[in-house]
Amino acid sequence: MTTATEPEGGSFRPSMLIYDSRYRSATIQIVALIGFLLLIGWLVSNTVQNLADLGKSVGFGFLGEPAGYDINQRLLDYDSRDSHARAGLMGLLNTLLVAVMGCIMATIVGVIVGVLRLSNNWLIARIMTVYVEMFRNVPVLLWIVFSMAILIETLPAPSAYRGEDPAASMLLGGNVALTNRGFYVPEPLFGRMDEEGNPLSWRQGLGDVHLFGDAWLRFDVSLELIVVLSTLIAGILVSGLIRKRADRIQNRTGLRPRTWYWRAAVILLPTIIALWLMGFYLGKPELRGFNFAGGTHMRNSFIALWLALSLYTAAFVAEIVRGGILAISGGQTEAAAALGIRPRRIMSLVILPQALRVIIPPLISQYLNLTKNSSLAIAVGYMDLTGTLMGITLNQTGRELEAVMMTMLIYLLISLAISGAMNIYNNSVKLKER
Amino acid sequence: MKTSVFLGALTAAGMMAGAASAATLDDVQARGSLKCGANSGLTGFAAPDANGRWEGFDVAVCRAVAAAVLGDPEAVEFVPTTPKTRFTALASGEVDILSRNTTWTLTRDVDLKFTFAGVNYYDGQGFIVPKALGVSSAKELDGATVCIQTGTTTELNLADFFRTNNISYEPVPIETNAEAQQQYLAGACDTYTTDASGLAATRASFETPTDHAILPEIISKEPLGPLVRHGDDEWADIVRWTLNALIAAEEFGITSTNIEELSNGTDNPEINRILGTEGTMGEMLGLEADWAMKAIMANGNYGEIFEKNIGESTPIGLARGLNAQWKDGGLLYAPPFR
Repeated sequence: MTTATEPEGGSFRPSMLIYDSRYRSATIQIVALIGFLLLIGWLVSNTVQNLADLGKSVGFGFLGEPAGYDINQRLLDYDSRDSHARAGLMGLLNTLLVAVMGCIMATIVGVIVGVLRLSNNWLIARIMTVYVEMFRNVPVLLWIVFSMAILIETLPAPSAYRGEDPAASMLLGGNVALTNRGFYVPEPLFGRMDEEGNPLSWRQGLGDVHLFGDAWLRFDVSLELIVVLSTLIAGILVSGLIRKRADRIQNRTGLRPRTWYWRAAVILLPTIIALWLMGFYLGKPELRGFNFAGGTHMRNSFIALWLALSLYTAAFVAEIVRGGILAISGGQTEAAAALGIRPRRIMSLVILPQALRVIIPPLISQYLNLTKNSSLAIAVGYMDLTGTLMGITLNQTGRELEAVMMTMLIYLLISLAISGAMNIYNNSVKLKER
Repeated sequence: MKTSVFLGALTAAGMMAGAASAATLDDVQARGSLKCGANSGLTGFAAPDANGRWEGFDVAVCRAVAAAVLGDPEAVEFVPTTPKTRFTALASGEVDILSRNTTWTLTRDVDLKFTFAGVNYYDGQGFIVPKALGVSSAKELDGATVCIQTGTTTELNLADFFRTNNISYEPVPIETNAEAQQQYLAGACDTYTTDASGLAATRASFETPTDHAILPEIISKEPLGPLVRHGDDEWADIVRWTLNALIAAEEFGITSTNIEELSNGTDNPEINRILGTEGTMGEMLGLEADWAMKAIMANGNYGEIFEKNIGESTPIGLARGLNAQWKDGGLLYAPPFR
């Protein structure tokens, strides 16, 4: 690259915009920017013009109209008279639910498989290789549909639990029913009532707080849950203080006092007392009418989607974990072993903390992939954001442009939030250079 | 599926004007084939036969239009659509006509900017249950799990029906009739709801159709018919009058067997006008004089199409009911060819 020569006289001529390397890059950038803006402008004006020709206007008024359809899985209360906006919110929450649950399970399975692939046990290492190759080489949509088909075809229908001599029986002491409509498990409840709605004891719970009145964002907060959770968090904090005290004693005297029973006690005891005071009990599922009633219904669409997404992503996570571990030089393991540290502790204290800084960045994109792949939910009838806002709402109102753009925007925001949070975590674990 | 909705929506946004303002008739004639949006598979209404040739009640409408416009009932390119993709397919110009058991509603006509060319089947939404369930009325379905095709009017009717009767249900949304059938037969849902004609067609494909009953309640009006894009009235007229010709042909006794004979001229001027031996109706529509004759010859008149595909002699076994001619107490009433 030649350096720019100082122009004689210093007067500016338009040709210098191209021939003078001081201005050339700016010229190219401005031209590119103008071209880009023109392209965007052309797309927008073309869309607006075409919509106008069709007599369609762009507007978001439809979001306030009653949705008119029902959603089976809803984390907040919703019925068919609620607005499209609230139906979209239900879908968004379902998307977040499966994304969060999926990321957690994918991480757990992925780390275990990734570590086991490096195991010295030949059989285990090969089995893990088979798992990874099987899952990451088949499209995730097929895994989702396949899981759903297995759940539908292999498990008994609720009617199999009926009658004198039922073909199927509930598991875990009659608490859990596995059916081809999903799993029915006990649900945590507060303040047991009798048939007329009168409390059975003085421990009747505190009730709910209703936020946002009747607006589409409305939701109820259970006061009992807040009490129990804050007790739990306070217990964990106190337990942390006990640990710090043990650290100080160890630093001073070299002897670490036994504190695990204290730490367990300050976490568990207050929480159990809080649960008891709030009238906690488990609502068991029982066969009533066509289906099981009571308890929590984990629908097979959710289970199929969750399992397939997390097992699929776990295969990639496993490879990332394996790569991260292999990136740490063998000398580290040998040095740790020379100090007399046991193999399991070498992994958790020496190798994994260093491997994390290699693992986290690619792990972020796996979390993003899982979240975006959850939009395949409609294949098994799971009502996520794509199923509600970009599915039924789009179909019933015919607002393709608005619905698709809103959905894209929401996915963009979710993805940016995930990568933002993970970047913060990455900064906290990455190598601190002094 | 998702991609096609998305691409469809983008195309709809980006390219609709081109498709909508151009004369569809010219496009079809230049292309030499009609693109017809059909059901992705519903026995009797639209399904490929053993040789891969599309057959069925809704398919016959497309074949008749192709015969009227191009003179060849085989010059149809069928595009299978799901309830969710059908409107984007039509709006984006992917198909010229949508003949896919689609209910005529105000929103679809006015807000989605489509033009319904008429009604080829008067239907209503029903429920199918296994007889072993012991249910004899839809009102006994409190708490039942209901399989429902997502993106249809039936989804909204279902919500309204259970709401007005103050009973609860658990909807299981599914994408296609085939998936619904799989879930229903596996017992993952207690009942499946869609148009009664669709239920009859689905039941006919079961291994043991007699083990399943269609409940007596019909919870909605579902006038099904072919539709085209808004804004091309000439094309809408062609589809509308092709359908009317099929219905009128039955009324006047024009069948695929006697049509050759009748086309030599008859004493009934209306038959002559339909068959193009009198008047200039073909020219008014921008078609050949014998357009209606070709349309009728493609599959026979409305009654013949009905009997062949979904009538009582077929496994689907639907009675004419509301779909009889007005003279026989039905709702079919073709406006005069004059």
